[in-house]
Amino acid sequence: MSEFVRQVKQPVKPLASRLGRLDIELTERCDNDCVHCCINLPAGDAAARAREMPTAKVKEILRQAADLGCMQVRFTGGEPLLRPDFEELYLFARRLGLKVLIFTNARHVTPALVDLLARIPPLVTIEVTVYGMHAESYEAVTRAPGSFAQFRRGVDLLLERRIPFVVKSALLPQNRAELDEFETWAATIPWMTKAPGHSMFFDLRNRRDDPEKNRLVESLRLTPEEGVAVLTRDADRYRKGMKEFGSKFMRPPGDVLFGCGAGAGLSVDAYGRAQPCMGVRAPGLTVDLAEKTLSDALDHFSTLREMRATNPEYLRRCARCFLKGLCEQCPAKSWAEHGTYDTPVEYLCDVAHAQARWLGWLKDGEKGWEVAEWRQRVEAT
Amino acid sequence: MTAASKIDVTLATICAPSEDVVAREIEGDIVIVPLVAGIGDADDELFTLNDTGKAIWKQLDGERTLGDVAKVLAQEFEAPLAELQADVLGFAGEMTTRRILAARG
Ligand code: SF4
Ligand code: SF4
Repeated sequence: MSEFVRQVKQPVKPLASRLGRLDIELTERCDNDCVHCCINLPAGDAAARAREMPTAKVKEILRQAADLGCMQVRFTGGEPLLRPDFEELYLFARRLGLKVLIFTNARHVTPALVDLLARIPPLVTIEVTVYGMHAESYEAVTRAPGSFAQFRRGVDLLLERRIPFVVKSALLPQNRAELDEFETWAATIPWMTKAPGHSMFFDLRNRRDDPEKNRLVESLRLTPEEGVAVLTRDADRYRKGMKEFGSKFMRPPGDVLFGCGAGAGLSVDAYGRAQPCMGVRAPGLTVDLAEKTLSDALDHFSTLREMRATNPEYLRRCARCFLKGLCEQCPAKSWAEHGTYDTPVEYLCDVAHAQARWLGWLKDGEKGWEVAEWRQRVEAT
Repeated sequence: MTAASKIDVTLATICAPSEDVVAREIEGDIVIVPLVAGIGDADDELFTLNDTGKAIWKQLDGERTLGDVAKVLAQEFEAPLAELQADVLGFAGEMTTRRILAARG
């Protein structure tokens, strides 16, 4: 290439744009009824469908995002491909010069869609969630007869047309025995540059708070030790990765609530409400895009970094805990499970402690907020 | 690069951004986002321009010839015309070959 033009993955000054990333949940509906899912309204839920943003509204939001310098939109859900206007929205986003990341269960990948994706590529690798390697296990999770065959057909179409995609799993008792089989299959997918990710530490309550579902989710959760066993399947790699990660990111966070990327991008739900991230669904951190713009939402969330934890339990533990970089505890998780920003989620706390014990960062019975010489322990990993 | 053949451009050629890409101006940078497959070397690549590339790009309105563009830029930058002609031809040649610019004439 000449000196005039450079090929890049990202513009030279991506941080100069006001909006780093936009996530849009195109619908909360899904034709799977997964046992663990925090959303899954039925595909045919007419009331939910009627409340969803119309095509024109999604386009208006996409245009605003492009005007703010955003380079990438994620279309997710529910199942985004359930929307009859999906292809129209996809094309609209691409013609604005946005890359499009698609999260899907692949059941609705059609020949027409792969034709479109081959002609006008999304410029980001599609992510497909897998619920099992066989109809029996897959449909024990999705509770949708025929879903496995549709998923396989969708994936085969992507493979045939060489549309880049990666797979990830939701790891549940129904499919846990197939973990090796899944990873072996995943390794045959040409675009898998690393081992697949697994969702396994599921939230209670969240958007589908009802006692029966909460009991069900609790019964599906891995124990912290089981979770560690999955994470450490490639023990050397895990240890090496955690040492590197630990020396960069582990430290007690103090009372800062949002030390994360929330608010650098925006998340818009199916009904046109903007939030600083998909998990934080607090009314005080929600901007209705029927009345306001994405730019207003960014202004509204600009004070996020100044928000401080006040819950004494959080201040006693999380604020002083060196495991915070590793622990999934965050305002979104706290909001999902407790309806506050700063209540420790005990399950996630136990998972983080189990990981730290495995790594030798904690002795039995020790707590992450009690260790003064944590730096030396991380260094010695 | 993909199987594109070299396209000859001359000072009489007229160029404009092709319909196969979307050009965006973000914080003073020009970012060229492929719309169709096969523009970048990899599936996910974008293009950015240096200052000379940007100055040339902004003049390519589908009406002026490349010769006219070189003249305008030579005046603007008080630089030798021959130098600007070489730059403009080099830029337009590469960008038309990559289908980022469409050429006629
Ligand atoms: S999920 Fe948690 S850590 Fe991630 S952006 Fe949201 S608040 Fe921050
Ligand atoms: S490990 Fe426990 S105390 Fe530490 S940050 Fe996580 S939830 Fe808080």
